[in-house]
Amino acid sequence: MEQSWKSARGIFAAALALPLFWLVVFFLFPLGIVWLYSFGENRGLTDIALTGTLSNYLRALEPLYLKIFVKSAGIAALTTGLCLVIGFPVALAITFAPPKAKGWLLMFIMLPFWTNLLIRTYALIAVLRNEGYINQSLRAGWGLANGLATRLGQAPLASFQPVELLHNNFAVVLGLVYVHLPFMVLPLYSALDRLDTSLLEASLDLGAGHLRTLFRIVVPLALPGIASGVLITFIPALGAYLTPDLLGGPDSQMIASVIERQFKRANDWPFGAAMSFLLMYLTFIGIAIQGALSRKSREPG
Amino acid sequence: MTLTGPGSASRRSLLAAMGAAAIGITFTACGEKPGTATAGAGEGSNLNFYNWDTYIGETTLADFKSASGIDVNMSLFANNDELFAKLKAGNPGYDVIVPSNEFVTRMVQANLIQPLDHTKLPNLKNIDPTFLNPDYDPGRKYSAPYTWLVLGIGYRKSKVKSVPDSWKWLFDSDQYKGRIALLSESADLIRLSAKYKGHSVNDIPPDLVAEIEKMLIRQKPFVKAFHDDNGQDMLVAGDVDLVLEYNGDIAQVMKDDPDIGFVIPKEGSLINSDSLCIPKGAPRPNNAHAFINYMMDAKAGAAISKTIMYPTPNAAAKALMPESYRNNPVIFPPAEVMARCEYGAFEGAEKAKFYEEVITRVRAS
Repeated sequence: MEQSWKSARGIFAAALALPLFWLVVFFLFPLGIVWLYSFGENRGLTDIALTGTLSNYLRALEPLYLKIFVKSAGIAALTTGLCLVIGFPVALAITFAPPKAKGWLLMFIMLPFWTNLLIRTYALIAVLRNEGYINQSLRAGWGLANGLATRLGQAPLASFQPVELLHNNFAVVLGLVYVHLPFMVLPLYSALDRLDTSLLEASLDLGAGHLRTLFRIVVPLALPGIASGVLITFIPALGAYLTPDLLGGPDSQMIASVIERQFKRANDWPFGAAMSFLLMYLTFIGIAIQGALSRKSREPG
Repeated sequence: MTLTGPGSASRRSLLAAMGAAAIGITFTACGEKPGTATAGAGEGSNLNFYNWDTYIGETTLADFKSASGIDVNMSLFANNDELFAKLKAGNPGYDVIVPSNEFVTRMVQANLIQPLDHTKLPNLKNIDPTFLNPDYDPGRKYSAPYTWLVLGIGYRKSKVKSVPDSWKWLFDSDQYKGRIALLSESADLIRLSAKYKGHSVNDIPPDLVAEIEKMLIRQKPFVKAFHDDNGQDMLVAGDVDLVLEYNGDIAQVMKDDPDIGFVIPKEGSLINSDSLCIPKGAPRPNNAHAFINYMMDAKAGAAISKTIMYPTPNAAAKALMPESYRNNPVIFPPAEVMARCEYGAFEGAEKAKFYEEVITRVRAS
């Protein structure tokens, strides 16, 4: 039996009280303090005076930091794009997999979540480094080819040069895609799974090819799923800290590392807070865009 | 601004990244017990010790307990910034902490540590006199020396043309391009670059910093990575052939890989030193003094050095160590080399911010 919450205000309030308390005390309140810090100035080594200054934000908008913001956004966008291109076929395949296999496939997607991010990143390092598994395999293959060449009387090949896979922007994007792919696949899957298959049959019956059906029917219907997948991939990728730090090279500085250094090494909490909140404002803008998109898709077209 | 500490083996970085450092590792689960013999009056028989990871002898805490009856609860931090950030918000109950040199000054200025009572520390007599009056804490008013170490270049012998005995090979040359890893510590990079330019590591004038910034931007394409104090791992794994690292970290891996060498460049370098201090608001200052005194004991000090393999400032402990430690030129570089090395002084919060921004610019360029 369904009941309106209005008819059971007491129960509703009781059920809401604890989560609300939690949200306010452990989330909104500390966040509020950091927000206030972003309008403060350092006084000595341990104190922050809340002077209402905007200088932290102005400093964060200097070309130096703006460039790092833009670069981080670029890397996050590239990551999101790759996740979408790779994740969409995966989600589609899971949707049309036999029901028994579905559960397993979804579990394989979520399996990495059960491993600590740091462990996964170190595993990637072991795969990518100069003496890592990829380069060792290549070296073995090179050795075989070399042996074959000399047996055939050819001149021996040049000595093996390992492929530079680690400590560059390629490694950062690879690591970010690897980590964030499940964030993309799961919302896509939930959108595609709800899809009314009779619409697809109708499209095919009426003479549209598979590709045309995909792009004219499936993609528009899955748009809210795509939008939320893009959002929840883009936001953590933009604030990624561990991955660029461990896999990146001297050029791979992202904004989260700069923020971390303000809170620790530079001991400049107000400036770090201002940059964190700029990142959060960007997130709000992203959520607003996503909200607008999903409203639009609900309107009759 | 910061020296990530000395013993900073890669284990520390791992720990830091996992956030595990915040979790105290309790060696003795038992709580308060009736105080025994030497435990300070009215302080109970325990002590909270906040230390670096892998930075104590295997049996030191148990030995201290049987000597004094005091149970030591040891928790771990990953770097000085974490230590500072934690105490900045008020001492959560630590009795003894282990900050590095520059941070001793910083914490004294921030009013976070209290003076030591030398009458309760008779074992100070074991310390090599050259460590008793450092610039960062004149007269050892606030800190008792624990270990020290020095930055230099770890390298793979088979991959270098000659011993890379100048900072030039790290900061100002494309000879080893793509095979260099630098420590990602802004202040250390700028200070060592100043040393390369013939200046002291302290009081670097702004125009020299600007020159250093240009040099590092020029050098950046030849640098493979900025490492988080795991340079020795990158060297062992063959990712790079030259790393900026601490002598203790390289000494550890040299035992297993004879192709690895370590040199302190001829221009001189930065010395770091970790010290035992008592934070303001420590609940058990008497036990803390007893513990610090025990850590400077000759036998206890030797047991610690045997485990952690870092240079010890404790002359009596060093005398008890085997030849292979005492005469290891990586752990104890020759005196004429050490004479060219300096401590980095704490020069105020503004300087730390400034150095951080310079390196942010270098990395963003």
